[in-house]
Amino acid sequence: MIEIKDLKKSFGDLQVLKGMNVSIPKGQATGIVGPNGAGKTTLIKTILGLVKSDSGMIHVNGTRLNGDWLYRKDIGYMPQVARYPENMRVYELLHFIKGLRDQEAVYEEELIEQFNLGPELEKPLRTLSGGNRQKIGATLAMMFNPEILFFDEPTAGFDPRSSHKFKQRVKKEKEAGKTIFITSHIMSELEQLVDHVIFILDGNIRYYGSMANLLELSSEERLEAAIARLMDEPLNNSASKNEQTKNSASTLKMEFA
Amino acid sequence: MKLLSHIIKTEWKSLLRGKWVIGYTLIFLILTDTLLRFGGGGPETLLSLSNVMLLFIPLVGMIYGILYIYQSREFVELLLTQPIDRKVLYWGLFLGISTPLMAAFIIGSLLPLAWHGILALDGGSAALVLGLGGMLTLIFVSLGFVFGLMFYDDRIKGFGFTIVIWLFLAILYDGLVLMLVFLFGDYPLEQFVIVVSMLNPIDLARILVMLEFDISALMGYTGAVFNRFFGQNTGLVTASGMLMVWLVIPTWLGLRIFRKKDF
Repeated sequence: MIEIKDLKKSFGDLQVLKGMNVSIPKGQATGIVGPNGAGKTTLIKTILGLVKSDSGMIHVNGTRLNGDWLYRKDIGYMPQVARYPENMRVYELLHFIKGLRDQEAVYEEELIEQFNLGPELEKPLRTLSGGNRQKIGATLAMMFNPEILFFDEPTAGFDPRSSHKFKQRVKKEKEAGKTIFITSHIMSELEQLVDHVIFILDGNIRYYGSMANLLELSSEERLEAAIARLMDEPLNNSASKNEQTKNSASTLKMEFA
Repeated sequence: MKLLSHIIKTEWKSLLRGKWVIGYTLIFLILTDTLLRFGGGGPETLLSLSNVMLLFIPLVGMIYGILYIYQSREFVELLLTQPIDRKVLYWGLFLGISTPLMAAFIIGSLLPLAWHGILALDGGSAALVLGLGGMLTLIFVSLGFVFGLMFYDDRIKGFGFTIVIWLFLAILYDGLVLMLVFLFGDYPLEQFVIVVSMLNPIDLARILVMLEFDISALMGYTGAVFNRFFGQNTGLVTASGMLMVWLVIPTWLGLRIFRKKDF
């Protein structure tokens, strides 16, 4: 369960998050979409504690974020860019992170097997291909069986086979009741993996609700078209639409600047 | 504590594999050995070594610190998303990378001193020079950390700043002080010069070397004034104390920035 209230963040003069409100129940798979620079990564980083908000509140599983770090034991994060110390070997990296977390790595072997990382374990990380490094990122995120998972552009470096395996794994995690967040520019991928969508534009959440609703609302069949439409549509236009659908769609929530 | 040593050990392992810390050790090994062979041994050798050290260690330390911050950006960010305290992570990373560099200098210089028999002859002075080198390493790696964190997104600026600071502290500083003294020679300047010399860790280390070998004429203007003002023993204690302050301030500053920073 993640609750965000009036979250604001500026970098210098640039206001990146302009008062976000959102509440994500446990066990929901949510796609975070929006154009580059809209604030997706900043939002995730704020929840992870990498970025400190200027104002507003975040609660993760009832704990308010205030610089304390213990709440992160329930969180797994797979970053967009995976770069590790060059001379470290793969098994050493896994060992290092295990030592940091002091939790049992229940899925370590299962994930290594699933992603075919076995032959890579003894290699130094600098010799690994980009895709394999991404797989290690995914393994690190999921091996402690955390309740909440963040994937930042996860499949960008994957070949089709790895991508397929990764998606299967995420589906499995979803079935196990994990709360999942995925940012991606590949809408077809999100269609497969998530059932809710947060659409961010210019630091505001412009749409939050189920994917089915979004499709219905925009009378499109594919997420890509629906999002494209949401980006193009002038504000007042979508506002009137919002009025009409507000009563019929209970899960739908729209916010405006 | 367990977590801290876990981070430090991992950094050590990773650094030792990158051969260049070993290369750095070899440089000091060859340098000290050469100085001893051609310089005839004795205090002159230690003085030459400390001159090289005073120039070289601050630059290497700062570049090394800032380079670590820039190179490990994504990795540090990943570590920050783990359930650990930023404070522990900061100390782990700092000690994990600065202590091997310190050890590289000390071991590299110590071995030739040992096999040429200087240690038995002049152990106290040798220990002082090696200790100062170690201390300067810690101070300047932490300064490198501070600049790296301050100019996190602008590497060119970060490196530029580092080089300018090094030029200023290691080379220009004593000359500027001398110029001021020359310009305002009619006024009593001793206290001013002492305060000024305390603001530069390289100067402090130079003063300590000078006080130990009692050769004020060779070691710059600030050193000479320092010696006259404090005398040898009080001078040694004061300068060492100030050097400790110089270690505390940048490490504390780095920690502060690290804890508050948006990554």
